Amino acid sequence: MDTVSTGDTEKLLRVKELYINFYTYEGVVKAIDGVSFDIHPNETFALVGETGCGKSVTARAILRLIPTPPGKIEGGEILFNGVDLLKIPEKEMLEYRGKKISMIFQEPMTSLNPVFTVGDQLVETIALNQKVSKEEAYNIALKMLERVRIPDAENAMTKYPHEFSGGQRQRIVIAMALSCNPSLLIADEPTTALDVTVQAQIINLMNELQKNMGTSILLITHDLGVVAEMSDRVAVMYAGNIVELGTTSVIFEKRYHPYTQGLFNAIPVFGKGKQTRLEEIPGSVPNLLYPPPGCRFHPRCPHVMDICRKEKPELIELEPGHYVRCHLYR
Amino acid sequence: MSDVTYTAEAGDEILRVENLKKYFPILGGFFKRPVAYVRAVDDVSLSIRKKETFGLVGESGCGKTTLGRTVGRLIEPDSGRIIFKGMDITHISQKEFRGIRRHIQFVFQDPFASLNPRMTIKDIVGEPLVIHTNQSDSEIEDTVLELLEVVGLKKEHLYRYPHEFSGGQRQRINIARALALRPDFIVLDEPTSALDVSVQAQILNLLKDLQSEFNLTYLFISHDLSVVEYMSDTIGVMYLGKLVEVGEAESVIAETLHPYTKALFESIPIPDPKFRGKGAAIHGDVPSPINPPSGCRFHPRCPHTMDICRTEEPALKGDSSHLVACHLY
Repeated sequence: MDTVSTGDTEKLLRVKELYINFYTYEGVVKAIDGVSFDIHPNETFALVGETGCGKSVTARAILRLIPTPPGKIEGGEILFNGVDLLKIPEKEMLEYRGKKISMIFQEPMTSLNPVFTVGDQLVETIALNQKVSKEEAYNIALKMLERVRIPDAENAMTKYPHEFSGGQRQRIVIAMALSCNPSLLIADEPTTALDVTVQAQIINLMNELQKNMGTSILLITHDLGVVAEMSDRVAVMYAGNIVELGTTSVIFEKRYHPYTQGLFNAIPVFGKGKQTRLEEIPGSVPNLLYPPPGCRFHPRCPHVMDICRKEKPELIELEPGHYVRCHLYR
Repeated sequence: MSDVTYTAEAGDEILRVENLKKYFPILGGFFKRPVAYVRAVDDVSLSIRKKETFGLVGESGCGKTTLGRTVGRLIEPDSGRIIFKGMDITHISQKEFRGIRRHIQFVFQDPFASLNPRMTIKDIVGEPLVIHTNQSDSEIEDTVLELLEVVGLKKEHLYRYPHEFSGGQRQRINIARALALRPDFIVLDEPTSALDVSVQAQILNLLKDLQSEFNLTYLFISHDLSVVEYMSDTIGVMYLGKLVEVGEAESVIAETLHPYTKALFESIPIPDPKFRGKGAAIHGDVPSPINPPSGCRFHPRCPHTMDICRTEEPALKGDSSHLVACHLY
């Protein structure tokens, strides 16, 4: 078992040995292959990786949003405050979805209904989830909009989503997600659709709200810059596995796993100039219909050994709280 | 009107754009008459030297893509001049332009949309040769094979279809097609924005290698400042249809002048947690290009706004290696 533990008392969410397959016409896509991590109260935890690594699937599994079929959770536990979310009936899930755990997505327009005003949508969500009257819900909604710094909040309540810019829409979605004081906010690429100047504003806002409201954030992103700006701890994912997990500062400084190293060396860093050549990771991400045997990174790894082709490496604790899945560190 | 153009040394220049404008009409009413205009490119002048990479950066809606397409006459300009290799190509007929077009090629952002799904790789990469040359089928096949090798693809890919390739490979196919006619000038419009970082590095390095091998000039359009810095010799920054700062890459990055450029640079999240928490550099969103703000278009978001900024539009000024359009200077 390679569960990641750091003392049982202070865990908000524990994902243990999660396996998810997708049954398609072409075959079985082994999307999540034994993923385990914890999220503590009051922290921002990032899942970072490239397209198809399973970061979004993992996040959606927590809210049981994986469409079944084709998806199927084959094994594992998702413990939220000690309750296994995979075992409770669908009806009880409503107590978690949008209340104790809420989620925001990359494209804010897809989570807002274009034919209702922002106020209607906020009031409905709040009235439904907190069981308060419409008037109370209106006041809470107004306060939330002010909190995410929508100018002239009262007027904004009467407007439709298309009347706002992308950045403001994301603020509104954040207001909606946080209106019920969730203990966990899942943010799936929250700034990817935004321009850099607006992205910086949203990152600031989320960091500030996280601090003030004490909500934990599960941040899903492919952008190492956003990770560095927001998260306390990071898990690097590759082809359905967590390959490295630790505090943001240690991951960014040490980079034990060859994939983590490759990822960092492949990004151009602003201010470094034109001269140094970027390092490439040869090849491309494997097709998870036929994942490579052993370590899934071995066909692209510069340090590949015989054992890597045969045996899947375990997560090894290299430093306290820092885990790596690689045969180099056995 | 901008008085000064960013000028390259004489004879060195491959492309020159003078006071280029492109307004897109918004049609409305019963007769579908224009009721307003989107000022996508509004009086932009620039000059690109042979064998350099000119990086054009800006946020969405700033007009960088329209500018890139107008340069290759994929979009017809409303006014201004485009001079390619000393020849004014702004108003020549499409028939005459055909001879020029082979020297100006494009690579677009979305490698899934830019390849015909019903054509084989051989037909896709060979199509420009069929149109512009008299090569026989076997000659074309040889040329295509050569091109595939140049961009890092293999012989067995020749008769496959686009859906059989990954995003990075498709972008290689796009590059092979762009190279088929041995162009001098390639407009790269966000060529790596749809790709993962590990693949992005492969494509950026490939583009650099090809540039030195074939003496290519690039107009590199991107919203990603780190990528633009990695690729470019010259950087131009656009905001709401205007070129606000342009100059040698090192100078623009090390001695940034325009408040917008500064804000843009400061907003980039740095992949190092030690630099966390520098805060947002500017507030608000980019205004609509339909009714851009009066005077300097950046003034509503600018931390240094003066009275003159609200009324008078600043012109590009400075020495030829670094120009800025701002009343502060």
